[in-house]
Amino acid sequence: MAIEVSIPTILRQYTSGEKTVAGKGATLAELLSDLDLRHPGLAGRIVDDGGLKRFVNVYINDEDVRFLGGLETPLADGDSVTVLPAVAGG
Amino acid sequence: MRFDSLLDSLGRTPLVGLPRLAPSPDVRLWAKLEDRNPTGSIKDRPALWMIERAEKEGLLSPGCTILEPTSGNTGISLAMAARLRGYRLVCVMPENTSIERRQLLEMWGAKIISSPAAGGSNEAVAVAKRLAAEHPDWVMLYQYGNPANAAAHYESTGPEILEDLPTITHFVAGLGTTGTLMGVGRFLRERVPSVQIVAAEPRYGDLVYGLRNLDEGFVPELYDESVLTTRYSVGPREALRRTRELLDREGIFAGISTGAVLHAALGVAERCVAARQRADICLVVADAGWKYLSTGAYTGTLDEAAHRLEGQLWA
Repeated sequence: MAIEVSIPTILRQYTSGEKTVAGKGATLAELLSDLDLRHPGLAGRIVDDGGLKRFVNVYINDEDVRFLGGLETPLADGDSVTVLPAVAGG
Repeated sequence: MRFDSLLDSLGRTPLVGLPRLAPSPDVRLWAKLEDRNPTGSIKDRPALWMIERAEKEGLLSPGCTILEPTSGNTGISLAMAARLRGYRLVCVMPENTSIERRQLLEMWGAKIISSPAAGGSNEAVAVAKRLAAEHPDWVMLYQYGNPANAAAHYESTGPEILEDLPTITHFVAGLGTTGTLMGVGRFLRERVPSVQIVAAEPRYGDLVYGLRNLDEGFVPELYDESVLTTRYSVGPREALRRTRELLDREGIFAGISTGAVLHAALGVAERCVAARQRADICLVVADAGWKYLSTGAYTGTLDEAAHRLEGQLWA
């Protein structure tokens, strides 16, 4: 079992153009490290030393991880993770 | 109800129960019908508040030109108010918005400058900022950073909701400029200590997120994460499904963003039932469905309708 991760257009250069990739990990941080092994550079576009980058949003099962546990949010097999750039509305 | 003019009739919108969608008698849903405002959307509130604030500060006087980046509703509200107060309005609007929004803006006399579809509202904001620099005499009200936007909801939407629903436990609204959630959220938190403030954010197709560098993303200046309890991303298929459900089950003809809000509200309601908690959940119907008829949101299968929304700014 794995966790499906949806990748935004802007980051698909790291995933050979794939829209979704699979990874594993008990937390979001572990998942990103796992992804970075097969897609070097990807994690560095999503996080920096201070945690999640300001203009990147990550959702676990459609809920914003900033309101869950951030990078330490636990993950389970079958969860879906979505990465998106922050956009305006209104 | 009698008013001296259209602008005076703003607000005091109905709060209606959704007994057929509520999952149990103890977990109730209430819809704040913001389509019952002068131009048919919640944006009439921030538009009027921003104009009046600018007038008080001496930034606006008759004959002035107002500039605003908008995907539609704020522009329509500003266009109506500008016409009544004697201002010109220039709207920067992404080209991937529904034709009805353009028609309404032109009807009220606004000039529309289109921004590229790719990048959505982020691009409209960027184009408007460039235009503002080129035309220092134009007044950009800038809904994303104007405190009067959130103040409109702190001073009107929030108090109306609490007066009609003193037992409120959850407030759910769409996240765009963040003005509604910040204003109503702060007002309710000061008075209902345990209240939960839930954001429903539309998730668009790839095109809307553009190809810009991730470091150039956009977070509205008004946004303060600490006001929210949580935030959900809702895709077009779920938004459409709930928009239709609201029509079928409760008879309410709402815009597509309301479907996203209802989806988040029903998720909250289910969790309350599972936790055996009493709940009075208030959700915002930001506008009615009229402006979205041309998108085909209400006809054909969900898959067909979702496909037609691909690449569109549907909220």
